[in-house]
Amino acid sequence: MNNVKEFMNRNMRQYGMAFALVVIVIFFGVVTGGKLIWPRNVQMLVRQNAYVLILAIGMMFCILTGGNVDLSVGALVALVSAMSGLMATTLGLPTWLAIIFSIITGLLAGLWQGFWIAYVKVPPFITTLAGMMVFRGINNIILDGKTLPLSGLYVTIGTGSVPDIAPKTVPDFLRIGDLLQLQNKPEFLNVTMLIVGLALSTIYVLFTIYNRKSKQQRGYEVASLNSAVTKAILFFIVINVFSYWLAMDEGLPIMLILLAALYALYTFIATKTIPGRHIYAMGGNIKAAELSGVNTKKMMFLVYSNMGLLAGVAAVVTAGRMMAASPNVGLNFELDAIGACFIGGASAYGGVGTIWGAVVGALIMGVMNNGMSIIGLNVFLQSVAKGMVVLLAVAFDMYSKSKSRLG
Amino acid sequence: MSEYILEMQNITKEFPGVIALSNVNFKVKKGEIHALVGENGAGKSTLMNVLSGIYPHGSYTGSIIFKGTECKFRNIRDSEAAGIAIIHQELALSPYMTIAENIFLGNERARNGVINWDETNKEAIGLMKKVGLKDKFTAQIKNIGVGKQQLVEIAKALSKNCELLILDEPTAALNDEDSNHLLELLQTLNKEHGLTCIMISHKLHEVIKIAQSITVLRDGKTIETLDNSEHVSEGRIIKGMVGRELTDRFPKHTANVGEVGFEIKDWVVHDPLDEDRVVINNVSMSFRKGEIVGLAGLMGAGRTEIAMSVFGRAYGRKISGTLIKDGKEVTLHNISQAIANGIAYVTEDRKTAGLVHIQDIKKNITLANLKAITSGFVVNEDEEIVIGKDYKERFGIKASSVFQKAGNLSGGNQQKVVLSKWIFAAPDVLILDEPTRGIDVGAKYEIYKIILQLAEAGKCVIMISSELPEILGITDRLYIINEGRVVGEMKTSEATQEGIMSTIIRSSAGR
Repeated sequence: MNNVKEFMNRNMRQYGMAFALVVIVIFFGVVTGGKLIWPRNVQMLVRQNAYVLILAIGMMFCILTGGNVDLSVGALVALVSAMSGLMATTLGLPTWLAIIFSIITGLLAGLWQGFWIAYVKVPPFITTLAGMMVFRGINNIILDGKTLPLSGLYVTIGTGSVPDIAPKTVPDFLRIGDLLQLQNKPEFLNVTMLIVGLALSTIYVLFTIYNRKSKQQRGYEVASLNSAVTKAILFFIVINVFSYWLAMDEGLPIMLILLAALYALYTFIATKTIPGRHIYAMGGNIKAAELSGVNTKKMMFLVYSNMGLLAGVAAVVTAGRMMAASPNVGLNFELDAIGACFIGGASAYGGVGTIWGAVVGALIMGVMNNGMSIIGLNVFLQSVAKGMVVLLAVAFDMYSKSKSRLG
Repeated sequence: MSEYILEMQNITKEFPGVIALSNVNFKVKKGEIHALVGENGAGKSTLMNVLSGIYPHGSYTGSIIFKGTECKFRNIRDSEAAGIAIIHQELALSPYMTIAENIFLGNERARNGVINWDETNKEAIGLMKKVGLKDKFTAQIKNIGVGKQQLVEIAKALSKNCELLILDEPTAALNDEDSNHLLELLQTLNKEHGLTCIMISHKLHEVIKIAQSITVLRDGKTIETLDNSEHVSEGRIIKGMVGRELTDRFPKHTANVGEVGFEIKDWVVHDPLDEDRVVINNVSMSFRKGEIVGLAGLMGAGRTEIAMSVFGRAYGRKISGTLIKDGKEVTLHNISQAIANGIAYVTEDRKTAGLVHIQDIKKNITLANLKAITSGFVVNEDEEIVIGKDYKERFGIKASSVFQKAGNLSGGNQQKVVLSKWIFAAPDVLILDEPTRGIDVGAKYEIYKIILQLAEAGKCVIMISSELPEILGITDRLYIINEGRVVGEMKTSEATQEGIMSTIIRSSAGR
């Protein structure tokens, strides 16, 4: 009993956020008359908000170092997509090569900012403010106010799905299409998606069992059997429901594979590697971290370089979805990403926050975006609503912190 | 009205786990300079913080009677309004503002919110004359020396029409000339304007020179108030400061001293802010395995600066000298090199630099040596829990589990976590800077036991402490540090508190 309580306490924030996401989904599900959760809209939600997710992952590390942010990511997305247009369309390079160069451009911009922040000690706010102006300016120089079309691999990444290996074999056996009263009722399900979902969830469950056994064998502490089983079953159901949902439409978006891979990679870095631990430690108390041998300069450099890299990835994804490189792309992207991190429970002083939180925060923003668009809410009111959510989320955080013992 | 301007009666102030002041009585006569002396941690600053309202009424027990009426200050503003001003050791001036602006900071000469600069400047010039400050009132604070900054602080206090001025170690950062000037100024203000002063100081010769009464505090209690009209001797004051009973406050041990494990040679360090100022001057010391060596000295003597500059140049600039470990010269450019070479430094500043308060116990313990639990790229968090539990048990860290946040622990338990961190880093040389500061007596005993275990395991243990009884209680040998130099070395068995104190004071006076 004591263990359960302790476990809940330790993970309270994370569950709280997931709970908030579920509430928001239900709310918009109801007010949109179910439209929000139509398979087509879920697909759109993933594609349209991929950039927030990717940027929020990078931004979370910036915030973890001590409440620092990167204001330049929106402009950097613009710069990188302009580079994409330049290389793929104007110069006519193969799109795969253009994509590689584009991402390298993002990384270089990140290295540039990391250098000023970590080694010249220009405050991140100012460095990235300057970057915001510089990158946006370069975008305009390259594009000269014009929009360049993109094709090939860009569009595949931005809008494509994994092909169905066995089309028209499995019908919508749960009759969800009828239940939701969809306009275009799916006759058949996308088999690839179903198989991937089933495989992933099964692997997860097997891995959990294996991991638990091997921990026990080596004499480490494990969570109680009940909570482990509950967690595994819950995860299994959620994954399969989600994949069934997508299978009713186009199936597995390529973007989703990318997102899942990034999520897994960065969660691993944040929680299981020495650099990850050092970033959390320096955000918690930079003096103590330095006196414990943490190279805080190097960490700042890595974090901001990585932010540039991820902005490059986000740019490719965004350009691909819009099938063009345009001068106005990326406006306010940095604010969406920062907002997502704070909604997701990051501390404004650093040292607290998870990649999972960044993702949930980004999803909350995304669901609100789509939900409000579906009900046709005025764009300006949408902005007001999003702003209020960010404010209230952090206010709630501050309130609950002042209630807990650590003030 | 009585002859006393201030009477503090039965003041008791507790912090979680520590009684900082217990039934302190302190009386100051009108128009006198009253010195408050005692060892570090005796409660002098706490008492003055109670008086000036930094610790508000209600957070302590006892009563303060100022000018015949009982005062219940809620904050500094209240005490200033009553006529009490305090000048802290760390000056509270804004470096980019002018002298005149600083004098009236928070107390602006203004009408309807608009500052009257003519009046400000005129009054500033008058006050500067009073304190003997000859600079222009438009000079920026950052461009005048510490001695003059101290004078600005006094002018600031006078501008508030204070009747009782409290000075916390006013001469600690000053050279002899500036100190003399300041002391003379205090005497003048006292004689000509009838200003009552309370002065906290470690420099006993200064105290004897200018104070009319001297109150000695020790362990949060008033020991005695001496009448200094006949100039008492330093020895008499020291006796009051250090004369406490030692009944089994330290665990017994027999040193098993081996060969020399670590040496510091010709160590010179310059101030990080002022490259021309030598902070550590030609210090050479050696440390044997299994031996606990104390570094005794007053606050600001340079002990922490020696330790931190050795620890991968965590302090200072233009550092020169050699470090020899196990007979081989080592060069340590940064802290991770120092740790890799088996050197650990436990900071005196546990609150701001020792722990990551928002992280749990186990993560704090492994922070300095994550490599030990990492294979490939993966930090083994299960192993971390095992290690956390092991240290929690070994050192008796009182916490609900290793998942408890370090910030929620008591001082003694926090210090055990910090020690665990450094012991887990497996050093050969362990520098402990004020390891028992702010920790209650029971927990101190446990910390001492841990320190002795480390020595028994053959490590070189270097212990910096401002508490002489502690140095005498557990070290085997000690160096006396004063003003950035080694001014004495002795076996602890041959040392006495009076001997150490007078060595320090003699070395100061001799300069």
